[in-house]
Amino acid sequence: MVEFGGWDMPVEYTGIIDEHMAVRTAVGLFDVCHMGQIELAGADVLAAVQWMSSNDASRLAIGQIQYSALTTADGTFVDDILVYRMGEQHFMLVVNAGNIMKDHQWIVARVAERGGDVSVVNASSRYALIAVQGPQAERVVQALTDIDLAAIKYYWFDHGEVSGVRVTVSRTGYTGEDGFEVFAPPAQAERVWNALLEAGAPFGIKPCGLGARDTLRLEASMRLCGSDMDEGTSVVEAGLSWIVGWKKDAFLGAERLRAQKAGSLDRRLVGFEMRDRAIARHGHVVMDGDASVGMVTSGTQTPYLKKAIGLAMVPLALAEPGTSLIIDIRGRRVRAEVVPEPFYKRSQPA
Amino acid sequence: MYPTDLKYTIEHEWVRAEADEAAVGITDFAQKQLGDVVFVELPEVGRTLTKGEVFGTIESVKAVSELFSPVSGAVVAVNDALAAHPEGVNSRPHDTWMIKVKMANSSELDDLMNSARYDAFIA
Repeated sequence: MVEFGGWDMPVEYTGIIDEHMAVRTAVGLFDVCHMGQIELAGADVLAAVQWMSSNDASRLAIGQIQYSALTTADGTFVDDILVYRMGEQHFMLVVNAGNIMKDHQWIVARVAERGGDVSVVNASSRYALIAVQGPQAERVVQALTDIDLAAIKYYWFDHGEVSGVRVTVSRTGYTGEDGFEVFAPPAQAERVWNALLEAGAPFGIKPCGLGARDTLRLEASMRLCGSDMDEGTSVVEAGLSWIVGWKKDAFLGAERLRAQKAGSLDRRLVGFEMRDRAIARHGHVVMDGDASVGMVTSGTQTPYLKKAIGLAMVPLALAEPGTSLIIDIRGRRVRAEVVPEPFYKRSQPA
Repeated sequence: MYPTDLKYTIEHEWVRAEADEAAVGITDFAQKQLGDVVFVELPEVGRTLTKGEVFGTIESVKAVSELFSPVSGAVVAVNDALAAHPEGVNSRPHDTWMIKVKMANSSELDDLMNSARYDAFIA
């Protein structure tokens, strides 16, 4: 067990490789109750969300979700978030565990600055969150619910009952596989967890810990806020221009992000594969001659692709796929190569 | 119960001594702590090690650990099979040696734990 964002969480149950492969080939179950939920509502809520986040929330229909960033005035990350449109004037932001208090205070302060009719509630203690991920996820969850899961498209959600418990179910996840995240009342979370384990048994379901969550997300090229980017990294530098609503009006950090898009960008997060036998990890330095020019932000040996991969922040001159990188690993210089992302993409999109 | 023909360090290496040659690996306890091993970095044959010196690193999916030589002497063999099959450290920890050292001073073995003491140490 390790401490993570104030929660005691298992790194692994049956082993990281075992759990990782279960998600890629069958189905895995994740206790992600540590994730935070911040709800905003009111007549002016859309304008507030548009001002504080990088993506264009006006494009969301009720029941739809988008990946976005809560941005500083410099276009850097307060946090990366999922934005759920619960109603015409009601949004839910799913935020990282370690940032719940910071994000809540940030949002409250921005709302106070701008005024308008917007209420903000840190609803994190009202939701338990369980993720069911893998090619068999739909069959497992469908066995326990009348919600027509096949009708929920990727990055949409619905409400209903799972195992007799009132829940919200979204077709989302942090693994690169098809799957669902189930928001349940904490008092009934154990019942939902146990029901999913039982319903998943014929499909080979495995409970998965933080270790597999990290290898799965990295293999799928999904960023980890706090490791791959933070308040010193802009959304464009993180390689996430696709979560910037370029056509929307002014928002926090828009000026700098637009300038970077127009050509002022000088560094970027890239995916790499090791060419020498070694595993580069967070904090290892990217070298150009004797100068340190960049940093590895995530790295691991991935169980499914069976390669040592990672993400690194490098100068733009070293960012093109095919570029050789030299990484200092505990004093040893090893070779890596910039590769296109994502490292892994599932063959059957949801 | 750990094998009685091995000696153990507080860093969870084991030593199997035959005459003046010592085979070195890591214990079942250590591999369980590490989880799935994916990479073992070993020294060149011929390198001289001092007792307690780092002779390599071992990486699991989740962590990196250093390997400490339990004895002093010259490395006379490294287990090249670990490059392709590092998972042997998990599946057969006490049969998967990493290096063999020609001991400079075999009385150093007396400082290591026997299996009964190691059992108690990790309990």
